[in-house]
This record gives sequence, C-alpha cells and structure tokens, in this order.
Amino acid sequence: MGLGESVSYIYYLLIYGFLLTAVLGLAASWIDRKVTARVQYRVGPPLLQPVYDIIKLLGKETLLPSGSSRLLFLGAPLLSLGSVVLVSTILWMNNLDPSKTFIGDIIVVIYFLTVPSLSLIMGGFASGNPLSAIGSSREAKLVLSYELPFILAILVPVIHSEFSIRLGNILAAQAGQGVFVGSLSGVLALIVVVICMQAKLGLVPFDAAEAETEITGGCLLEYSGAGLALFKLSKYMLLFVLPFFIIILFMGGIRLDGIHLVWGLLKYLGLVALVTVIRNTNPRVRIDQAVRFFWGPVTAIAIVAVVLAFMGI
Amino acid sequence: MSVKIKALLKSPWVFHLSTGSCNNCDIEVLDCLTPRFDIERFGMQLAGSIKHADILLVTGSGNRKSMERVKRIYQQISKPCLVVAIGECSLSRGMFIHSYNCPVPVDKVLPVDVYIPGCPPKPEAIIAGITKLIQKVEREGLAGKKTGERENEQD
Repeated sequence: MGLGESVSYIYYLLIYGFLLTAVLGLAASWIDRKVTARVQYRVGPPLLQPVYDIIKLLGKETLLPSGSSRLLFLGAPLLSLGSVVLVSTILWMNNLDPSKTFIGDIIVVIYFLTVPSLSLIMGGFASGNPLSAIGSSREAKLVLSYELPFILAILVPVIHSEFSIRLGNILAAQAGQGVFVGSLSGVLALIVVVICMQAKLGLVPFDAAEAETEITGGCLLEYSGAGLALFKLSKYMLLFVLPFFIIILFMGGIRLDGIHLVWGLLKYLGLVALVTVIRNTNPRVRIDQAVRFFWGPVTAIAIVAVVLAFMGI
Repeated sequence: MSVKIKALLKSPWVFHLSTGSCNNCDIEVLDCLTPRFDIERFGMQLAGSIKHADILLVTGSGNRKSMERVKRIYQQISKPCLVVAIGECSLSRGMFIHSYNCPVPVDKVLPVDVYIPGCPPKPEAIIAGITKLIQKVEREGLAGKKTGERENEQD
C-alpha cells in the first residue's frame, strides 16, 4: 500500500467516517426530537440543540465513581465511538467506490455494529452501580435477542446477489437487477431489519436498558461530562449509520451525483421518520416480552424471508 | 462569554430534588416539563441521574434527616452547576420556621443562585426565575462559583 493510498484512507476516515457522519447524525437526532415535539403539540428544540448538548457535556467535569474499574469505565465510550466511526468509513467507501470492497466486509460491519452495545454493557458493569448493572444485563439480553433475526434478514440480500458477502457486489447487483426491496422477501427482511434497528438504537419500545424513569439511565447512570458526550455522540452517529446500512443492503445505496442525491436523502429521511413514529406510538416493553417478540414472530418472518429468497421470489 | 458557559446556558438539564416538602412545589416543577409549558424549546431536559444534570432544583424545607442527603447529592453533580431554591420552605423555612427539626434554610447548606418564592410558585414564576438566572449568568459569568473542585467537604 503506497503513501497516496493510505492518505486517501485517512481522508475517508476523518472526512466521511467522522465529520460527515457526525453532522448527519446530529441533524437526524434533531429531526427526531422536533418530530416528537410536533406530535405532542409542542414547539421543540432549536436546530443546533444536539450540538449545544455535546459541547456542554464535553466542557463539564468527568466524575469517576469510587470502586469502579478506571480503564473499562473510561475506555468504553472511546470504544463505542471508534467502532461507529470505523463502520461508517467502511460503508461510505463502499458506497462511493464499490471497487474498494474486500471479501467479507458485511461480516465486519455486523461485528462492529454490535460493539456500541457491548461497550455500553462494559461501561455499565464497570461503574459498579447496581442500577447500572441491571441496565447492562438488560442490554445483554436485548443483544442476544435481536442478533438472530438481524443476521437472518441480512442473509436475504446476500442470497439475492448470488451469495456474495461483499457490500460492493451487493450494490452492483442492485444497480443491475433493481433494488432488493422490490421483491417480497426483500420487503419482509426490511420489516425485520427496521424492528432490529429500533432495538439497536435503544429507542422506545426496546429502551428497557436505559429506562430513565425506572432505573434512571441504566448503563449511562454514572457517566458524566466527556464520557457521556462520547456515548451520546456515538448514539447520534448510529442514528445515521444503521439507516445507511439498510439503504445499502435493500435500497441501492446513496449516489452523490445530481438528482440521485435528493432521492438518497429521501430514503434516509423516510427511515428516520419511521423510527420516530414507532418510538412515539409505542409504550416500553418488558425485557422478557422483548426477547419473546424477537425470538418468536420476528425470527419467523426472517426465516420466511430467507426461504422465499432461496426460491427466488 | 466563553463557549463553555454559552453551551451550558443553551442546554441546561434539570434534576429536581425534594427535601421533604408537601409535594406541591414538586407538582409545579413537573408542570413545567409537560407539553403545555414546553421547556424543551430552551434546551432543558429532565435528567434521570444527578450526574447528567446542570441545574439542581431544590424544593422543601431543610430538615435534619434530608440535609445530609442534599449535601451528598450536591457533591455528585459534575461542575459547573447551578442551584435553584423553589418555594417558601426552601427559602425561609416557611411555616416550619419554629419547628425543632428544621434548623436551616437551604441556602445555609448549598450555594443557591436564584430563589423562586411562592407556596407553591406557579410554573410561569419558575420559568421567569430560570430566565433571570440565565440573564444573570450571561451578565456575570460563573464568577464566584468554584468549578471543577469539590465544595462542602466538611462534615
């Protein structure tokens, strides 16, 4: 690998992976809060509100709870942010230049998308607070429950693109034969993936892990200042990365030239609006109900989608 | 005004703490958080944990049992933070002024930044008080507030 190539990778990492994703994620979280406010007949926060929140939290004091594991407690937010930045870099590179793909990058993306949840679990247990430990154990159960249908649903685009586990080939196949969401198995898999996305983002039907009213923030309870800011930032960036992953898998990616840019933005805003509407119209489910829901009906739908995809429907 | 203070004033997250009040001030504080008064316009949110909060709203009289806990809670906020005393009891001990177990008003224990009188104060009064606090900090900064170090370490 030459010097020019590595400079271009660093460029992708900083400009697309971190800056652009952070800006889009903060904007998405503002849209989320504003739509929530309008649903409740309120005015809602101003446009720069997420930016103010992050700057304020970065400027505050970071407290270490006594008896906590220092390394894990302070390392968990960094791990969370780092994994989200890596995932978004891989996704942007594949989307902008499908030839830069490597074999098995879809597996790498699935792995790294689990790391924010794992670091939340780690940070919660490391802080030594009993309520944080409850939140962490709930988050662990949630991860166990949603990973199975998520991976089954991701098999559908893999099967449709003739068993390719490169994101670039999946995009190329969609450019050739039309987007996968056009088929019946694609629609079923998309429904499953959107429900799993809600759980991965920790939004309302599945927010038992950080229930503010019940266990006062769960895993994030002991975090203050910069650690909380990094967790919030990685959660906001995940609000961009997960819909982007779904757009690449099922809807043909975002093209940055001409009118296609508007079309890509519409796909993205549609998914964010869907997440917000689900979050505003549902009460929180208990953790056992969530596990039963994911391993029961959602997995069944995912298996049906995989079978249909094998039959080529 | 530094970026830090400006961002603090643009997104003050509140935590409300009752030190044994009759619950009336608490209900008025919760009124402020409902869609009717919508303080999310100003970036305010209700923080579930004290460690996320920037403003501590104290209601109720300072009795012997709860003042120890109030001191401990105050030590756990990440600084810089602001303290607001709401209601007659926390200002001047109210009707408990001659009571044997309410030795001090809240501002003898915590460095209170703004007082909101009333029994209970209306939500409009609470919002007006917070607005005056924000104007005061814009004018004077956080001078006189120790930042980043623990206060009230004694007993």
